[in-house]
Amino acid sequence: MNSIKSIRKDWDLIESLISAKSRILDVGCGEGDLIQQFKENLKANVHGIEKNQDLAIKGIARGLNITHGDAEKDLFQYANQSFDYVILSQTLQAMMDPKKILIELLRVGSKAIVSFPNFGHWKIRLQLLLWGKMPITEGLPYSWYDTPNIHFFTLKDFENLCNEMNIVIEKSIGLTNKGKQFSINSSILPANIITHEAIFLLSYKNFEPIKIKSKNKLFVKNSAIIN
Amino acid sequence: MSNIEFKKNKKLDCSFAEFKNTDLKLVSGLILKDFKLAFKTFGSLNQNKTNAILICHALTGDQYVSGQNPITDRDGWWSRMVGPDKPIDTNKFFVICSNVLGGCAGSTGPKENKDYDKNQDEIYGRDFPSITIKDMVNAQAKLIDALGIDQLFSVVGGSMGAMQALQWSIDFPNKIQTIIHIAGALKHSAQNIAFHEVGRQAIMNDPNWHKGNYLGKKSIPERGLSVARMIAHITYLSEDAMHRKFGRKLQSRDIISFGFDADFQIESYLRYQGRSFVERFDANSYLYLTRAMDYFDHSETYRKTLEFINNENNHIKYLVISFTSDWLFPTRENKEIVKILNNLSKNVSFLEIETDKGHDSFLLDEPDLDFAMKGFLESNFGKEDE
Repeated sequence: MNSIKSIRKDWDLIESLISAKSRILDVGCGEGDLIQQFKENLKANVHGIEKNQDLAIKGIARGLNITHGDAEKDLFQYANQSFDYVILSQTLQAMMDPKKILIELLRVGSKAIVSFPNFGHWKIRLQLLLWGKMPITEGLPYSWYDTPNIHFFTLKDFENLCNEMNIVIEKSIGLTNKGKQFSINSSILPANIITHEAIFLLSYKNFEPIKIKSKNKLFVKNSAIIN
Repeated sequence: MSNIEFKKNKKLDCSFAEFKNTDLKLVSGLILKDFKLAFKTFGSLNQNKTNAILICHALTGDQYVSGQNPITDRDGWWSRMVGPDKPIDTNKFFVICSNVLGGCAGSTGPKENKDYDKNQDEIYGRDFPSITIKDMVNAQAKLIDALGIDQLFSVVGGSMGAMQALQWSIDFPNKIQTIIHIAGALKHSAQNIAFHEVGRQAIMNDPNWHKGNYLGKKSIPERGLSVARMIAHITYLSEDAMHRKFGRKLQSRDIISFGFDADFQIESYLRYQGRSFVERFDANSYLYLTRAMDYFDHSETYRKTLEFINNENNHIKYLVISFTSDWLFPTRENKEIVKILNNLSKNVSFLEIETDKGHDSFLLDEPDLDFAMKGFLESNFGKEDE
């Protein structure tokens, strides 16, 4: 079987984070290129959500399981922990409520893979500092008035949010604007400045189940401390 | 002993499967001992019998899904979709379409003789037992068995056809691989029942209905049936489409008549729809089939049913399609099915097509529908083991 060549460079990285034959949900899957790649390379059971009708049709016509809909409204229909991985690639910054989405991703999937453009990249900082205008880069190519990206955040912001939400960052990979890959944790240079695009593998902290004994029922909850 | 006989009818240009002593148990509790189904097939069954697609017709459809309909002398109701090199390509697939039980295009229904064998001239009329979507599907399943097909590659249907497709996936999950459910719902809504009731009242209040015995009295409740069709036809369109097509345009006149002629084009169009419907459809059949749709309700049971037959439907690939302007079977209702399937981790795709053509969109020129269906069928064909 020919392995499909990745169209975007972060896709190979995402693939490297996923084990074979898993159940995967790609949120904002487009015409399903990424899940098609996983279906063939990883023999994965793949599903997608896509808001755009034309893209959803193309994916469905390829035989992929795609639900045409809005992730912010439709993620709720999936059962708790019904996927091994839920992927949100380059979309978090376009969500109305990113925090709620993160909660949903880790409710539906046991692990979440989130990639986003880093607003703390030096090029962006420099543009804002020098020209005093909203930066426009290859990763964020839109003018402020017509951008789908409504929540700008940096690597550090994201790490802080994960920390606040008790989300474990299992792996974090940075890509420079030249496509060079490095591990964010062990980077010698300040990662928040050189990371153009970041990919995170997330999960919840595994707490010991808290057992609450009542008269006749035994309650067990894994995420008792969260929320 | 039950026995099945296949016959061809040249005049009606279709085949008949005649079931005798088959004991078709109806949901109502009654048993239909003998019945026949009129059906047509297109394309050819492959050697392993894996390329069969059953198409379920809507309320006023029939077995003439493609090619010419000898009753109306017009193209079959889904000729656009089904045929050689069409989205459902009969060069690849063996397509079966049968007239539903209770219909009026040859299958056993209120206008047929009670005993088709002895050629006695006693017509069912109101003596025909009440039937449900489940009964229609049961009868179809017997036909598919009789044709020697163990598993259908797909069951496809829109509107009442979608109800049948869904019923197939509930009752015979191991006999199907994929379903395409277009513009349907888990249940027939209160509003839909209301519209059906108005149509039925129009028929039953026509003096020519004769309590259902109009064929015996050599009359037809034309006016009632055509009014029923006019009402129903409005529900198949959308306000936008009606405005786009007709607006307030006048029919064959420059000024209004200050009377009750069909001044407006929309009036003339509806009257024409009503008139032409009477020529091809049986009033009692209309009563029975609308009732079957009204009784359709899986809203409480669908989820539980799927959970119980979990192992038998994990292989099914579902495609659910809705149309933005369909207010009869709106997106919301179609999505109820998708939500449950997704929640139970089934293999489901859902598509909402943006169009102003209303419920009837699935019968009309809708390239996105064609593309999605063709792709879904062909990409899943021969991959049942995934």
